[in-house]
Amino acid sequence: MLNTLLSGDYPRSRVLTGILLAILVGLAFAPFLFPGAAAINTAAKVCIFIVLVASYDLLLGYTGIVSFAHTMFFGIGGYGVGLGLYAFGASWGVIALGILLALLVGVVLAFLIGLLSLRVRAIFYAMITLAVASAFLILATQFSEYTGGEDGRSFSVPPALRPGFRLFEAPVFGTVINGRILAYYLVFAAAVTLFLLALRVVNSPFGRVLQAIRENDMRAEALGYRVVYYRTVANCLAAGMAVLAGAMSAIWLRYTGPDTTLSFAIMLDILLMVVIGGMGTLYGAVVGATLFIVAQNYLQKLMGTAAAATEGLPLLPKLLHPDRWLLVLGILFVLSVYFFPTGIVGRLRGKSR
Amino acid sequence: MTVAPAPATTPDALPAIKHDYLPILLPVALSALALPFVGNPTTWVTLTVAALAMGMMIFVIASGLTLVFGLMDVLNFGHGAFIAVGAYLALSVLGLLSGWVQVDALGWNLMALGLAVSVAMIGTGLLGWAFERVIVKPVYGQHLKQILITMGGLIVAEQLIHVIWGGDQKAMALPTALRGAVLIGDVAIEKFRILAVAVGVVVFVAMLVVLNRTRIGLLIRAGVENAEMVEALGYRIRRLFVGVFAVGSALAGLGGVMWALYRETLTAAIGGDVMVLVFIVIIIGGLGSVGGCFIGAILVAMMANYTAFLLPKVALASNILLMVAILMWRPQGLYPVAKR
Repeated sequence: MLNTLLSGDYPRSRVLTGILLAILVGLAFAPFLFPGAAAINTAAKVCIFIVLVASYDLLLGYTGIVSFAHTMFFGIGGYGVGLGLYAFGASWGVIALGILLALLVGVVLAFLIGLLSLRVRAIFYAMITLAVASAFLILATQFSEYTGGEDGRSFSVPPALRPGFRLFEAPVFGTVINGRILAYYLVFAAAVTLFLLALRVVNSPFGRVLQAIRENDMRAEALGYRVVYYRTVANCLAAGMAVLAGAMSAIWLRYTGPDTTLSFAIMLDILLMVVIGGMGTLYGAVVGATLFIVAQNYLQKLMGTAAAATEGLPLLPKLLHPDRWLLVLGILFVLSVYFFPTGIVGRLRGKSR
Repeated sequence: MTVAPAPATTPDALPAIKHDYLPILLPVALSALALPFVGNPTTWVTLTVAALAMGMMIFVIASGLTLVFGLMDVLNFGHGAFIAVGAYLALSVLGLLSGWVQVDALGWNLMALGLAVSVAMIGTGLLGWAFERVIVKPVYGQHLKQILITMGGLIVAEQLIHVIWGGDQKAMALPTALRGAVLIGDVAIEKFRILAVAVGVVVFVAMLVVLNRTRIGLLIRAGVENAEMVEALGYRIRRLFVGVFAVGSALAGLGGVMWALYRETLTAAIGGDVMVLVFIVIIIGGLGSVGGCFIGAILVAMMANYTAFLLPKVALASNILLMVAILMWRPQGLYPVAKR
């Protein structure tokens, strides 16, 4: 059973298993364990980013393609659901239709970009996706009569997911089961399903071919695998998964805008999460996303105290200013590319062997 | 990813140099095509001059990047950091020399600007040298890591700019004598644009002269064609490469100063906006080709300016279409560099 669920890809390290179980339990019971709106928000964000980062790892870690357009697909999902709900009112049918349309647009777009540039080398693809993603961001902000421009769109979700909705009259374990918690569990269930699906993909024969391409594309081609075909399919799969992550994000936030889905800052965040967590293993996505988002919230506080403690010294308080948390993670990122190219997960796995 | 050394195909006799003039006609054709759509010739001239000025700035920034790529197969995604650092260094210098900047005398203004540009270029050149040694050197030949590591360098550099200069948007005022426009007939041309075009042309000509008429240029061109062969002949290509990297970074610094003066505002993210255009330019031009980069920059700037006037909402998207069209025509860019 477990073997089928995980597709035979176990964490293979006691420490890693512990961490992953802790994350799973933490996310599964987040509304009961950590009361308060901020905590559940963080948990939902972790779920969404696990899917997004896992889908990016499919490209970067497994196939060796660097794409900077991943937020574009994330945004397509967000806008697909968001604009649908905004225009046609809150119903499940609209959500389904929005997701379907967004998937179609996202996959076709990924296919076209791939067709144009995947025949060439990694560097080409990276530059072209960067340009296309920026153009998409600008288009999304410019056509404000449809997309809401810089402000984005707020919309309402179906009644069962609204805060006013009660599943039971009485609270369960001291927590009122309202629509927000149902929405959280919707996001959580989607995240688990998509993650296990991704695990299935990378451990299938198809996933093995992707890894072969990453290691040596000429050799893979020589062995008879059409590299372009595999790269394009991987690209479309990753795009589709990112679209779904975007849809989850829209349903959870009840808002879609360029800053939450399309901005380049999010693209950098994804990159940091993948690399710090561990490229080429999907568990890296879980660890990376959780660590990053928790750090985003708590490292800032820590740095705030550190900055206050070093008050009066030259430069140090400025370096430790809470807004500079990305500096710390950036340095961590550079160091991990050099010294731990397999990230945290690779390290943990390496030790246990 | 390990790149197997490509088998060098050596033709028996030196082929005659073929000049390919077709791409040069593209900007001319594009501007002629835009004329009927813009309608008013005066507006058209203003737009074209603006496009030339913008194109020159993009060229100055992109030329270093494309050379570095051609020579050592390194694509520096952190190039944007040098743009920002150059602009900020110039901002500091111009702030110190505010007296020279505000006085309405071209001589003093240019002197202040010259000093600011020198400081910016030396600063970014040194930074580029350090960047190459610390960040890029350990990952030669590994594209994936190069992209990641230079991206990381960009993040760190951007954050350090926040630490040193603060995160708020800065105003970058033009020196007094360079403000406003000159009237030629009916056409008003901003003075700064003339200066930008002049600087761009000087850089382009200087680059051509260095590349085509000096020994070092010969080595660089030879290195672009076949780095192993140059090494085998006893030249240290790595040392050459560091030099080119530093010069390329200094040029990015120069471009950053010009770009910031052109926009008249400055944030740490200034590099990001330009880099998108720069990447389009070097793809269009053919990775590694300086001439292609020059034409590509003009094309991209023209497209940006004409569409900004005609259909403001799709300015950047039009450039993507331009890139797609050119890649359909010549999949390796306007001037493909032999071995790539």
